[in-house]
Amino acid sequence: MVTLMELKGKIWKFGDNVDTDAIIPARYLNTSDPAELAKHCMEDAAPSFPAKVKAGDIIVAGANFGCGSSREHAPIAIKAAGVACVIAKSFARIFYRNAFNTGLPILECPEAFDSIGEGDEVAVSLGSGEIRILKDGRKLNAQPVPEFMQVLLKEGGLMNYVKKKAGL
Amino acid sequence: MGKTLSEKILSAHAGHDVRAGEFAVACVDLVYVQDGTGPLTVRQLEKLGFKTVSSPQRSIVFIDHASPSPRQELSNDHRLLREFCRRTGAILSDTGNGISHNVASEDYINPGEVVVGADSHTCTGGALCAFATGMGSTDIAVAMALGHTWLRVPETWKIAVAGTFPKGVYAKDFMLHFIGTVSADGATYKALEFTGPAMESLPMSGRLTISNMAVESGAKAGLFNSDSVTKAFLESLGRPAGYRPLQADPDAAYEKIMNFDVSTLEPMVACPHFVDNVHPVGTVEPLAVNQVFIGTSTNGRLDDFRVAAAILKGKKVAPGVRLLVTPGSRRTLLDGLADGTIQTLAEAGGIITGPGCGACVGVHEGVLGDGEVCVATQNRNFKGRMGNPNAFIYLASPATAAATAITGRITDPREFL
Repeated sequence: MVTLMELKGKIWKFGDNVDTDAIIPARYLNTSDPAELAKHCMEDAAPSFPAKVKAGDIIVAGANFGCGSSREHAPIAIKAAGVACVIAKSFARIFYRNAFNTGLPILECPEAFDSIGEGDEVAVSLGSGEIRILKDGRKLNAQPVPEFMQVLLKEGGLMNYVKKKAGL
Repeated sequence: MGKTLSEKILSAHAGHDVRAGEFAVACVDLVYVQDGTGPLTVRQLEKLGFKTVSSPQRSIVFIDHASPSPRQELSNDHRLLREFCRRTGAILSDTGNGISHNVASEDYINPGEVVVGADSHTCTGGALCAFATGMGSTDIAVAMALGHTWLRVPETWKIAVAGTFPKGVYAKDFMLHFIGTVSADGATYKALEFTGPAMESLPMSGRLTISNMAVESGAKAGLFNSDSVTKAFLESLGRPAGYRPLQADPDAAYEKIMNFDVSTLEPMVACPHFVDNVHPVGTVEPLAVNQVFIGTSTNGRLDDFRVAAAILKGKKVAPGVRLLVTPGSRRTLLDGLADGTIQTLAEAGGIITGPGCGACVGVHEGVLGDGEVCVATQNRNFKGRMGNPNAFIYLASPATAAATAITGRITDPREFL
């Protein structure tokens, strides 16, 4: 069950078009073990990321986050690295679905990239989509999650939704 | 109000009328995975407790990405996939058979179908007028288990393309130009419909090139009408019964209409490290290249190799350049052997590899070294794509790739035509 909780974390910033090869290069796709994938998460884009990222940190990025391959290893690697949430101007379509299916919280907020700095601390309410920047108290509002996807989230993701539907 | 191709196909598969913006649960006609994404799909199916798949003869497992396997971990993933096929009756397209999208378009996909695959370039099937789109492993596990999937019916952009392709300019050049124009996320969530005289005149190989790269503009699908070219393609493969004419209604509602004319188009190149960093080949610095790669789900068909062979015939690859030639499917390899195309490429100095994804994904068969430059006919040039974040990938047509292999520098193919 994905709880629609309040998150608080420190920001890592990335630019536009962070592709799935940057998130987890294909040369590491010899495993789907989340802990192994996390060791190489974002290493081509920010070599220090895997070593320095801390549980609860939050990624803020530009447009088209997660573009490229359909590899679900991408949201799995980010989640396993400890990242609590990704906030971007926009997400690539397949990544968007994969994030929901793997339980990585994501929020679309076009203003976040210009308003939030590297290392800032923010508080995020996944339920309302409200993002609060702690250093100055400014508030931003992310796009609400589509109703159909909210049903999936309430059921605890696609897998649980299907299990329930199929009576498994 | 009429319907777009996507609305027509998805309505037929949802069992009721659906329009752009609505969510639909649609039955799927074909569902597939490859060896990069498939192991996760198999594990998700196990977690869900599914022992069977909904439609084994329309569920395919392709071993194409790291094929033949370069390392033991991947070999064990392949074992898992083969065992899954044995257990469930799903079709196994094993090492050497070719790339999922190439084989699916040759042997399985029919106009009007819904096709989902755990690979972003599943959109290739749109060339055959199928609603074909890529998803992640879990989505595909569910589609394989239940035989249906959920989709948001996309808004459609009509891409109307006039004119005649000049000599030396191909479908790939148009698609690179299109992506450079709309940007790498310009068409996110949209379906693209490619129409107009320039698109109607394209052979199926060119249509497949264009649909393959629809996702590089963010699109969910890239469709062509089903017409006489589609009919001839299916007939040539011994699948005439799969044909049905299908086109968008004249009064369909498009979110956007874009007009292009290819008559003045030049050979185009996408420079590192983004697919939308597109420039005419004449304006790109004529860098020395280390590797030229012709193949992939974008440009790994017989027509592509014929274009390259016509340029390379009687010539030699420049010293210091590695020319990799990777047929997209076993059929392409056999046809290219039969008509002498592969012989020509080998005589010119090409390294012929087995059918599959080859060097494109960077796990085997041509990983680049630090600082190396590669001209490739594939669809992506992201940093690290070909296995090394310190290398530089330029995307181009098979003609530009072949001309480049001869000179050793990024070269306008019209110099050789």
